[in-house]
Amino acid sequence: MNNTLQIVWLIPFLPLISFLINGLGRNQLSKTLSGFIGSGVILASFLISIFVFFQVKNGNTHVAHYFDFINTATLKVGFDFQIDQLSSLFLLIITGVGFLIHVYSTSYMHEEEPKDFAKFFAYLNLFVFSMLLLVMGGNYIIMFIGWEGVGLCSYLLIGFWFKDNSNNDAARKAFIMNRIGDFGFLLAVFWLVAKLGTTDYHDVFSNIDKLSLFDITGITLLLFVGAIGKSAQIPLYTWLPDAMAGPTPVSALIHAATMVTAGIYMIARSNILFTMAPFAQSLIAVIGLATAFFAATIALKQNDIKKVLAYSTVSQLGYMFLALGVGAYTGAVFHVMTHAFFKALLFLGAGSVIHAMGGEQDMRNMGGLKKYMSITHITFLLGCLTIAGMPPFAAFFSKDQILAKAFESNPVYWAVGVITAFMTAFYMFRLYGMTFLGKFRGTHEQEHHLHESPSAITLPLIILAVLAVAGGWIGIPEMFMHGGDRLEAFLEPVFSKSNELSASLHAQHELSHTTEYTLMAVSVIGALIALMYAWNKYGKYQKSTTEETGIRKALANKWYVDEFYDAIIVKPIQSIAGFLNSIVEKKAIDGFVNGVGKAVNYSSRQIRLLQNGQVSSYMLLMVVATLILFIIQLFL
Amino acid sequence: MPINYYIFLALALFSIGVIGVLIRRNAIIIFMCIELMLNAANLLLVAFSKIHTATSSLPTAGSDAQIFVFFIMVVAAAEVSVGLAIIVMMYRNTHSIDVNFLNRLKN
Repeated sequence: MNNTLQIVWLIPFLPLISFLINGLGRNQLSKTLSGFIGSGVILASFLISIFVFFQVKNGNTHVAHYFDFINTATLKVGFDFQIDQLSSLFLLIITGVGFLIHVYSTSYMHEEEPKDFAKFFAYLNLFVFSMLLLVMGGNYIIMFIGWEGVGLCSYLLIGFWFKDNSNNDAARKAFIMNRIGDFGFLLAVFWLVAKLGTTDYHDVFSNIDKLSLFDITGITLLLFVGAIGKSAQIPLYTWLPDAMAGPTPVSALIHAATMVTAGIYMIARSNILFTMAPFAQSLIAVIGLATAFFAATIALKQNDIKKVLAYSTVSQLGYMFLALGVGAYTGAVFHVMTHAFFKALLFLGAGSVIHAMGGEQDMRNMGGLKKYMSITHITFLLGCLTIAGMPPFAAFFSKDQILAKAFESNPVYWAVGVITAFMTAFYMFRLYGMTFLGKFRGTHEQEHHLHESPSAITLPLIILAVLAVAGGWIGIPEMFMHGGDRLEAFLEPVFSKSNELSASLHAQHELSHTTEYTLMAVSVIGALIALMYAWNKYGKYQKSTTEETGIRKALANKWYVDEFYDAIIVKPIQSIAGFLNSIVEKKAIDGFVNGVGKAVNYSSRQIRLLQNGQVSSYMLLMVVATLILFIIQLFL
Repeated sequence: MPINYYIFLALALFSIGVIGVLIRRNAIIIFMCIELMLNAANLLLVAFSKIHTATSSLPTAGSDAQIFVFFIMVVAAAEVSVGLAIIVMMYRNTHSIDVNFLNRLKN
């Protein structure tokens, strides 16, 4: 128990305390104070996380047990925090990126009332707390607490501006979609408890031989359902683009540091289970790939700056699932990390643009912002280059690692993945061109209002830009630099069992360096062409009033998926609800309840007449009743 | 003497009592009829105890029921004193002993 890592409880505890302070004291605290507390605790958590990280790097992994959460004869669930390579890395991402987003929010949300400002920070802190709980939990139950917590916080934050009803709809949509996934997760946990009687990672993974292939496949598929909901994969991805209704820092937090990476983390954590279920793995790969491709096509024609980024997140998450599906767990975690950097950067940059535009989100009304907002412009450009996979920016390495693994597993995966990468480059530079290049297309007031954002906004942008550029250098492929893939080496203990197992399952055919170079060259050159094309085409974008037709219209309308869900799920449920409301509730249930009342009322009105005050009539009744009793006694 | 005579006598007395209570309105008559029912029951008690213990050689056989009857009589006497007092009060208030006047509980 005397391990230095026993103090890790402070990491989630500090945000929780800040949540309570900001939440309960929201009427007393000034904006400065609540912003200071809110960001300060995350910074403190980040510093502890760095300490923890270096402890883990020196080989000190630890499961900290605090108290028994559930303690029955057959099931014992401890309140445990597991600190190892995987969770320490996630801790850094969550608290680090989370801290920058908190700092950014102090400026971005400055126009709110002090009360709402403090409430916002309380929610943000709760969000970070839940996510920390999720990654630190030493068993599936603790993870599930955090899992539900992030779902709740996403609801609260997406619907933060609750006076606009469409925001509430988006919040509810996110919550319900997540609930569908959570249900799968919960069933998987029950299955584990039923078969193994434990939910501790360590016990589950060491007793895995006791599970049949059917059990493992079932559990992993159910876990994957959970991941689909949380990480916005087909078919439950529609909540994520709608989640753009929340304030921009929230979008950044959901997309980069917390929430959507939960599914990736959970599968990476359970890697051994998934490696032993080949069917589930190939399903994950296919769904991930389909999502990546599908979301990228939608992003091509969106005009809302945040919607493009949202679909790009869905698409990038698809890549991560592809990586998990082909067994490249390190690649998935690597991409989570680089994605956290560049997506936080892009969202915060978009937030800076929206801030300058006075709330305008439609890219058709932007353009030419380059000369007004130089820092935002430069950092955003770096972010776009990163997501497009240009070397030597971060996503180049992580995406390349995933695509190489995909090629090893199945060249078709690689082909689709690489086409998606081209589309990514295209839509990101369409976004860039429409926003920063060309002439300004907004109104005169907006043009007058344009300004570079304050330092609380630009500073996080600069830091994130540095990370987005350099963050990939911890995972340089072996062929460029010997021992360059330090992330792989760092995460080795977590994934070693899976790697051994998959090595014995599949005939290993290492890619030759020439193949690897070719693959890399194809993806970079293709992305570069797409990038240049988009740059040229949308650099001089003019507003056109012509109606889009054919496939462009379908893309602009997101393939009508929302309408499709509306027609096959929402409408029937609403009509059933309407039927239950107007017929079953009003007629049957109300009728029955009111009927009982009426019957009692009526009968008592009648029976009351029996009590007429005449003693002799009472007597008569008594005698008659006695006689009847006698008769019953005698003859029945 | 067979028990039947006693039973029929008691039955007749009881029925007279019941009918008297039901049809008369004079409180004192009703009161007397109640006493009549009470004594019909007493009569049965004594008769049954005598028949029941006829074969017993104990000198005190059947006396328990008779003691019981005495008790009932004592209680009835006490009850009569209370009942009559009530009727007197009733007469003072309403100048009538017709029970049908006493329907003020209605409404």
